[in-house]
Amino acid sequence: MSPLTRDQLARVVANDIPSNSYVNLGIGMPTLVAPFLKPEQGVVLHSENGILGMTGLPEGQAPDVDLINASRGAVALTPGASISDHVVSFTMIRGGHLDVTILGGFQVAPNGDLANWDTGEPDAIPAVGGAMDLVVGAKQVFVMMQHVDKTGRPKLVEQCSYPLTGVGVVTRVFTDLAILDVTDNRFVVRAMVEGTDLQTLQAKSDAPLSIAPDCWIIEPTAIDSPPT
Amino acid sequence: MMNKIIDSLRQAVEGIEDGATILLGGFGTSGQPIELMQALLEQPVKNLTLVSNSSGNGPTGIGPLIEAGMVKKLICSFARSPNSKNPSAAAFEKAFRAGQIELEIVPQGTMAERLRAAGAGIGPFFTPTAFGTKLAEGKETRVIDGKGYVLEQPLPGDVAFVKAHLGDALGNLTYRYAGRNFAPVMAMAAKLTVAQVDRIVNVGDIAPEFVMTPGIFVQRVIECEHVPLNP
Repeated sequence: MSPLTRDQLARVVANDIPSNSYVNLGIGMPTLVAPFLKPEQGVVLHSENGILGMTGLPEGQAPDVDLINASRGAVALTPGASISDHVVSFTMIRGGHLDVTILGGFQVAPNGDLANWDTGEPDAIPAVGGAMDLVVGAKQVFVMMQHVDKTGRPKLVEQCSYPLTGVGVVTRVFTDLAILDVTDNRFVVRAMVEGTDLQTLQAKSDAPLSIAPDCWIIEPTAIDSPPT
Repeated sequence: MMNKIIDSLRQAVEGIEDGATILLGGFGTSGQPIELMQALLEQPVKNLTLVSNSSGNGPTGIGPLIEAGMVKKLICSFARSPNSKNPSAAAFEKAFRAGQIELEIVPQGTMAERLRAAGAGIGPFFTPTAFGTKLAEGKETRVIDGKGYVLEQPLPGDVAFVKAHLGDALGNLTYRYAGRNFAPVMAMAAKLTVAQVDRIVNVGDIAPEFVMTPGIFVQRVIECEHVPLNP
């Protein structure tokens, strides 16, 4: 069993985004999803700084200082894009107009609690950005993260020990080992990487996992090849 | 006719008092009123409270104001350098760890809405953002129709520095792409809004329906060459 690479995980997430939806990609790993969205999916990407309708910077195109995403990466506008100020941008976010937000995570609990902005360590400098607005506003909150942290500790926990970003907000979690739905105070495994099993996943999780009757296998070799 | 055009950067930032709250437009590399912030360094002001999305963008802007000991408090949503290998907020991080600067972390959308409330004459308001988190501690909360809310206060400024693309003598402004970000709402929320613009145009050159910040929200306009930050 080999865990998904970051790009493979990004492809799995991209494939799971509903067609014709408005989506915000959070800082860090979620930004990797953008290049794997297929044009025919019709996904419109939103950024906190007011851009609605963007794509990664095409090769050979010069970056524009006034066209960046929330991670400060250079982007290009797509046809039909719009730009608004922060008040309107966060009206889209908080007002329930975004279909999906994809965020990184430190910890997720089965009740949907998310911790992703502050480790709570005495020396930590906090940086919440727009995450607390995104989690209360988007119709679906996807979390994309490694299954365990750098020291091997589970990130799917009974209860978050780090400061919360939102209470009961997460709907789905994508890790390098599995896709899990967060429903009725439970983690339900919808898919797992080829070669793993529930017992192995459970050993890497603090919270109890259950398995969906139609749980499918993610075959890394069968994931679409990168866009050309 | 009104003429809000100012001739020099020095005059553009004159008259700011000790203890003032200054709202600073900008998000990442775009829309940063760098030249106004640099000009402020020459002013004898201290104990400032700065309101900005982040805590710094490298060697120009907020960092030098902090290093000059002019800043008492920072209100922002993102206080950490996004890239630790290339710390853009090093001056803030050093002052914060030395206990030389106060920090108030505000969720980005709550910051925008607190500014809007201040500019729009709205009082405290309930938002679901941050309910149940440590950023709601010490604030009134209420559950209404099963949903939790946090009571947030308006965030007015004594002064706002914004960067726009075009401006005219009446203070009408337009912005380039995402350079707009916080500028329109900050212009509304401050008693004195100073706009640095790439180019001053004749009154009437900006079509009325394309004015993004109406001149009533702007008191000073200065044309200056803008040296952009590296993206």
